[in-house]
Amino acid sequence: MAILVNESTRVLVQGISGREGRARAKLMREYGTTVVAGCTPGRGGETVDGVPVYDTVLEAIERHGGIDASVVFVPAPQVKDAALESIAAGIGLTVLVGDRVPVWDVLEIARAAARRGVSFLGPNTLGCLSVGKGVLGMIGGRAASARAWFKAGKVGVASRSGGMTSSTGYYLSRAGVGLSSLVHVGGDGIVGLPLPAVARLFEADPDTACIAMFGEIGGSQEEQVAEMMTRGEVTKPVVAYIGGRAATSGVRFSHAGAIVEGGRGTHEAKVAALRGAGATVVDAFDALPAAVARVVEG
Amino acid sequence: MARLAESQGKQVLASVGIAVPRGQVARSAAEAVEAAARVGGAVVVKAQAATTSRAAQGLVRMAADPAAAGDAAAAILATQVGAFAVTEVLVEERVAIATERYAGVIIDDRRRCPLLLVSARGGSGIEETARAHPEAVAELPFDAVEALPQHAARELWRRVGVHGEEQRRLADACVRLGRAARQVEARSAEINPLVFTADGKVVALDCRITLDDAAVFRHPELGIEVARELGHLPTELERIAWAVERDDYRGTFYFLQMKDGFARGQRVVAFHGAGGGGSMMAMDALQSRGFTVANFCDTSGNPPASKVYRAARVLLSQPGVDGYFGSGSGVASQEQFHSARGLVKAFLEEPLAVPAVVRLGGNGEEKAIEILTGYTRSLGVPVECYGKDTPVGACAERLAALVASAAPPGPRAGARRTTPATEPYSFATPTGEITYDHAVCARCESKACVGACVPQILKLSEAGLPVLAVTLEEAKRGRCTECLACEVDCRALGAGGGHVELPVPGLDEYRARRGMV
Repeated sequence: MAILVNESTRVLVQGISGREGRARAKLMREYGTTVVAGCTPGRGGETVDGVPVYDTVLEAIERHGGIDASVVFVPAPQVKDAALESIAAGIGLTVLVGDRVPVWDVLEIARAAARRGVSFLGPNTLGCLSVGKGVLGMIGGRAASARAWFKAGKVGVASRSGGMTSSTGYYLSRAGVGLSSLVHVGGDGIVGLPLPAVARLFEADPDTACIAMFGEIGGSQEEQVAEMMTRGEVTKPVVAYIGGRAATSGVRFSHAGAIVEGGRGTHEAKVAALRGAGATVVDAFDALPAAVARVVEG
Repeated sequence: MARLAESQGKQVLASVGIAVPRGQVARSAAEAVEAAARVGGAVVVKAQAATTSRAAQGLVRMAADPAAAGDAAAAILATQVGAFAVTEVLVEERVAIATERYAGVIIDDRRRCPLLLVSARGGSGIEETARAHPEAVAELPFDAVEALPQHAARELWRRVGVHGEEQRRLADACVRLGRAARQVEARSAEINPLVFTADGKVVALDCRITLDDAAVFRHPELGIEVARELGHLPTELERIAWAVERDDYRGTFYFLQMKDGFARGQRVVAFHGAGGGGSMMAMDALQSRGFTVANFCDTSGNPPASKVYRAARVLLSQPGVDGYFGSGSGVASQEQFHSARGLVKAFLEEPLAVPAVVRLGGNGEEKAIEILTGYTRSLGVPVECYGKDTPVGACAERLAALVASAAPPGPRAGARRTTPATEPYSFATPTGEITYDHAVCARCESKACVGACVPQILKLSEAGLPVLAVTLEEAKRGRCTECLACEVDCRALGAGGGHVELPVPGLDEYRARRGMV
């Protein structure tokens, strides 16, 4: 099972002809992901490392049949059009890797996805990975690293930080705690599959027994997870770390979503909400692996 | 800055047909006198500063005539807000207020759509009103593409007890506010107070519009100089850093100053993070060991070594720090040796005078550690580098130990080349210039640069000297990735003939003004 990607997921890469698209398509394939086609407007008929390239998404689908997921590697100003194309084609999951996508573009993408009944991950995401099954995006950087860093098991990782998705996965694996899937929800304030949506997927996944979460100041994703726990919609144990205790209000710390505004989204409020709902929240990130191990074993 | 000044925000509101008081910006008392005369009658003089509760700080003053407006402006312009001086005031007509309301358009992260928020009780902050008087506040999610419907806005005001002509006019202003928010791609656009005047008009008395940093490139008309939410007006050093980021799209360099005017011994450190989450975690680790960070900095998204170098030079232009601390997530996808070379070049040029602890975990970390520690031994201050298996807390503890025992190094010369090469061989890189001194290269036995060049664009000429294996144009257009091996590895393993000049516009002048070498 696992979530969002597995060994049978058929993948399209939009922007496969670019530097990033080409490099990441290679990583995905080397990890075992089934990349069936690429799409770059104006480059139809070419191939990239043996993968056929089409001008439009619908053309790729007509030639190859069902596509389950599209991973989009295009510069930020072009993300909206690429995402709307994938959504209009009815692809179930669109992964938006691009950074600095204007937020009103994301609102339009979200509106289109909701109307079409499909999902998107990101923007500004490293993607997702199901251990030993497949990767969408660029988690691990190299396939060999991804295999060395992440061991199979029953803990799902959900993170608002890309680097910390890999870190959390690595430190858990090193501590002997195996993983089902790792998901970077994206660093922006508005994302397609935020932490509560990922928690819902992990809750429904028989391969996942526990959720390890890296949260951050800003927004309300962590609070929403806490609300779901209180309502009984998330019953699997949640172990979390929230970054940004040292951050000051009104200042954005790299991630578009990492800002405390008008007293909303503070570190204290998130920790209190999660603890109040029964989650384990560690004060130092270094303490996360041991805390997850205790929950899993016990 | 990503937040518009009140005066600029009011121009945006006026452009969609929302009434604002007549007014004019002034930068001196004399200008304020003139502005008040032009506006006519009694005026209000308001500091243009990014702060809340201006009235309580004496930053909003009433004036009955132009002379009084000049005095009010003089008093306000002499005020410091935090670390920053007030440089502008807005002189506006006084408006006869009947009622004060609030209207705001924000982006709702739960529903992923814009949200209109209204309150029958304007003036104070919307959060406090929502807590104290929930019945006075109502919200309406609306479509990001289609306009907010008039009828829905009227119904919203009815729900908070506003009726009749005032309701109709407020609803109209809200529809226009929604349009303005979309037009400038605001993350939030708030009017507080939105007043109903004694003569039956709706006027925006104050406003706060925060733009989406990522969309600023589509709005040259707004003249945003630094598209960053810094929480203050950009400092000189932040402007210098922003220019580096603006002129080099490869990877991200984020820099903001959090502390100024500190001295050695106060446990303030220069902080160099990589990735937002990892950076915040690292700052938390420093804080819990009693350190304060002078700045926040993030170089991530696979930046070239040259960008990391420029970032490090900006960070080292903060005198008074007790140490240099670098850490990202610890398990980075990007190759870490690029950052190592950027840091080595900056540390040697400075030369670094305080202990440094840098955690470069992730792909290529073994090589990164070897480069950063191996090539900085001549510095005379400890430079320690760790990989993914050393937690950030342990790294912060190492820095604490090193700072506690650090002895200031004696005077040393920086490694920045100042004399021209005897036999120069130069070519342009995407953002700088590489110059070999072939007179020095002739003595070099290792020719380390050719093997270490990451994009492999160097070869040995028939005379056995390093030259480009690609054309000058190809190197400039990006075949040269500015990996800096031709200088950093050359200095450590070769004869030192390679040098990369990577200008940071304005930085040398800034340092000279502040008495830094």
